[in-house]
This record gives sequence, structure tokens and C-alpha cells, in this order.
Amino acid sequence: MTQQADLGLVAKRLRAHAVRMVHHSKASHLGSCLSMADILAALYWRVLQIRPEEPEWNQRDRFILSKGHGAAILYATLAERGFFPLPELSSYCEAGARLTGHVTSGVPGVELSSGSLGHGLPVGCGLALAAKREGSRSRTFVLVSDGELDEGSNWEAILFAPQHLLDNLTLIVDYNKIQSFGRVEEILELEPLADKFKAFRWAVREVDGHNLDEIVDTFASLPLERNRPSVIIAHTVKGKGISFMEDNLAWHYKSPSDEQVLMAMKELGVAE
Amino acid sequence: MRTAFIEQLCELAEQDSRIWLVCGDLGYSVLEAFSSRFPERYLNAGVAEQNMTGIAAGLALAGKTVFTYSIANFPVMRCLEQIRNDVCYHNLNVKVVSVGGGLAYGSHGYTHHGVEDLAVMSVMPNMTVVAPGDPIEARAATTELARNHGPAYLRLGKAGEPILHQHKIEFELGKAIQIQDGNQLTLIATGGMLGTAIEASRELASKGHSVRLLSMPTLVPIDAEAIRQAAVETRTIITIEEHGVGGLGTKTAEILAQMGMAIRFRPLRLQPSPIKVAGSQVQLRESQGLSVSGIVAASEELLR
Repeated sequence: MTQQADLGLVAKRLRAHAVRMVHHSKASHLGSCLSMADILAALYWRVLQIRPEEPEWNQRDRFILSKGHGAAILYATLAERGFFPLPELSSYCEAGARLTGHVTSGVPGVELSSGSLGHGLPVGCGLALAAKREGSRSRTFVLVSDGELDEGSNWEAILFAPQHLLDNLTLIVDYNKIQSFGRVEEILELEPLADKFKAFRWAVREVDGHNLDEIVDTFASLPLERNRPSVIIAHTVKGKGISFMEDNLAWHYKSPSDEQVLMAMKELGVAE
Repeated sequence: MRTAFIEQLCELAEQDSRIWLVCGDLGYSVLEAFSSRFPERYLNAGVAEQNMTGIAAGLALAGKTVFTYSIANFPVMRCLEQIRNDVCYHNLNVKVVSVGGGLAYGSHGYTHHGVEDLAVMSVMPNMTVVAPGDPIEARAATTELARNHGPAYLRLGKAGEPILHQHKIEFELGKAIQIQDGNQLTLIATGGMLGTAIEASRELASKGHSVRLLSMPTLVPIDAEAIRQAAVETRTIITIEEHGVGGLGTKTAEILAQMGMAIRFRPLRLQPSPIKVAGSQVQLRESQGLSVSGIVAASEELLR
């Protein structure tokens, strides 16, 4: 799809790909994919300076999906954006396929393999520091899940980034309030999350992670403050866009049935 | 060894602007030599080894050759998954440097004993593993690791180790260095045990034994040919390392087993149970049989 495409439509197509891929492969983590569909659409169609025809262009912006279990929708995004052919998406998780169930390098457009949580932000700090010291305009974006913020390595990096004035680094929290085994507030409460980041000297903005205009406007105002890293806390809904999957822990694991795929496509308004 | 390392790294950094040094808030009175000359390529990441290693991976993704530096287990164990996933899986140019490997921090206690590092680093994909035996080897290894693309682990001693190589050495990653030839017994030493092995070989020679002595600074890739040759030509091998199971002895045994040739073999290494008492490096080594007399006794027993 071209960069000028309607973002709402883009997000729906990404969601539809994710549903088909997870269904076909009988994989999981569909709810996690759906909650960040709008953020990915905004990033890849409005924000990131990238060249799909030249993935290794050295002045490109870097995007790291740290919640590597959301691989299906990242691959869908990269394919829709032209990094590799769309038909390859149907090989997701198949024997011998390069599209593994967690984000893996070697797939065109993927900057970092992920899957074990808490790895993306430290690596993002390294990329941002290199760009800063070289005077490069390349920016680094890292997307983490809320459950992932339980990992101590993130807090090491959260302490680090302001110390080194990494205003070319943006962290996005896909805050859908459900982690692997229950609600965030029941497992390890993150609140007051914005205050935590403020106390760590980050510039903070909270957005509705499904309001495309708000997301795009926020990205357009980066860095939120000079000499500070930015964090966008995106309030999202797990399973967003497919009513029977929304805000439901089960869709962290379940693969939709044939019938559920039809229902999902109908809701998304995408022809199956 | 750490002084040789930092001096050599400074020389290399003078010629290669991609070289960075990232430490985990350790290296007082050592790293200043680098940080004062190359402040733009130096980083103290704080007491945060996971982040340090992730940052190193990010810098390497941006085209840098990054040396991470801390002591004993800290740059290895605390951030093992960052080494595995971020560095090794992506085959990035990150060289993990540990100072005070083995029992160098003897009296500091078990937390500071780096005695499983060689085994753990050896099983990481794409990883080159080097434990130099003296400052000359440390210098050469630093140069070679900077030249070679990919992840590496460099286990150093501390400061003040004697120079053991009296002649110019041909240092090549993956190659043993023959210090002395002989035909009755081969001693193979890695890392800081080289000096003790040299002394033991002298004592054995004075007792009339013909001893071949190999320094084996590279454990991955190991010089299997030198081991096979020693097996065929001397039929008796003793490995010596300041490390537990999974290091030089284990690797040598695997090579010997694949040869299908029965020879006399003894790995001298640390016992599996942690050392729970204080002691200097030499005292603790001796308590584990890693001494001149321990090597001589094991040799004579095998040769009997």
C-alpha cells in the first residue's frame, strides 16, 4: 500500500492479515497484535523515514518491536509496506519459513529479533546513542508491551536514556492492561506509570492508542522535549477491532476457528 | 593482562574509529587511558549489565566494534540472554571482556570467582572464546578479536601477570602455541595457568621426562589438530585450566573420544563444588591441585 493510503483502512488490513495468519498457523498472541495495529499503521505510513526498496539505508529510522510475540502483525506491516511480497505472509510459522512466531532478523525490515521480553529498549538506547554521537538524524522507536515493563532490564534502560539526553529515542507502551496471565493491576501494577517515567526524567504523553489522528499528531511533535527521551503511553484494548476478542485474556492464546475468522472479517469490513 | 589489553585497545582505537569501549561502572585506574583519549567512543553504562550488553548490541547494529568490560561473572552471567539473543543470534561485533577470570578475585568469595565462564560462553552461537596466558597473548588476542567480525569473549587475568613468552609469538585465533616440544607427555594450558604449566614442565624435564607444552589461548574454535597430533605423538595429555567442567578438559576429551584412540588423559581443573573459603589466587588454585606439584604429581602418575 502506498504511504498516502487511508490509515484507518491500513489498520484494518493489518488486523485482517494477523487474523488470517494466526488462524492458518494455529498460533497465538492475536490479541497482542490487534492492540497495536493502529500504532503500527501510523508509524509505518506516516512517521518512519524508511526505504522499503533499500532496507539497510543507513540514515533510516529504526523501529524495534520489543514485544516479539506480536510478530504476525509486524510481518503484515512490513509486507504491506513493500519490504517483501504479501503472499509470503501465508507461510507464517510453517516449516522452513523465515517468518517465525516471534520477530526474527533476516526478514527484510526487521531491525532486531525479539521474543524474550525486555531486550528492545536497551538495544534501542545503543542505536540512539550511536546516532547522537555521530550527529545522524536517524531516530529510534521501540514498542513495548505493558507486561514487558516487569522486566528489570527496561528500567535499567529507562534510567540510562535521560542521562545521555537521548531525545532521538521514543518508547511506545502498548498499554492494553492485560498481560500473559491476567490483568496488569492484579499481577504487577504499573500505575502511576506516567509519573514513574516523569520521575525517571522522560518526556511523557498519554494517548488513545486507537485514535489515529491523536497518534499521528503526537508522533509529529517528537521529540516531546529537547534533550529528553520521549515515551508515548498508548492506552489500548487487547484484541481491538474484533468485538468478541476485545479486552479478553483468552485471545492472548487462542487461535480463531473458521467461523470466528468469518465473523472477524465481517466486523473489519474486509472481504475474506 | 588488563593493562596490556587497554594499551592495545587504545592503539587499535587510534587506527579504527569504529572501536568503542563500554563498561559496567568498573575499571577504575585502568579504563581512563581509553576514556580520556576517546571520550566519544567510551561509555560507562552504570551498574546495569543487561542494559550495557543491549546497548553494545545497538551500537554494533550501527556499525561499531564494541568491547564491553567488567569483572569476573558480571559481563557474562548477568546479561547472558542479551549475549545470546541480541549479540550472538545477530552475529554482532561485540567483544565481551572479563577481567579477573578464574580465581583472580580469590578472597572476594564465590560471587567473584569466574569459573564457569568458558563453558557458558563456549556454547553461544558464533562466539569466539579466548583466554590468554600472559600479557603478550592478551595483546595479540585483543588485536585479532578487533579484526575479526563477530561476537567474542576475552577472559583476562588482573594486573601484574608476568610475561611468559620470551620470544616473538605467532598468534592466530584457533591455533595453539607450542612453547616446548617433547614426546612423552603433552601439557596443555589455557588462560592464567600457563605460568604454572611452564614451571611444571621445567621440573618434569629436570626429572628426565620429555614434555611438550602447548598454550591454548583459543577455546572456540579450539585447535583440534594440535590435540590430535599430541595424542598420536605423545600418547599422554594433561589439560590445565582455572575453570570447572566444560572448558579445555571437556573439549579435549571430546576430540580424543572422536579419534577412537585410547591414550592416557587427565583434565586438571576445579572441583564442581564452589570454593567457600578465602584465599589468594595461588592458595585457592593449590587447594584444587592446580599447582606445580599438582601437575608434576599427575604427570608422573600418568607416565608410570
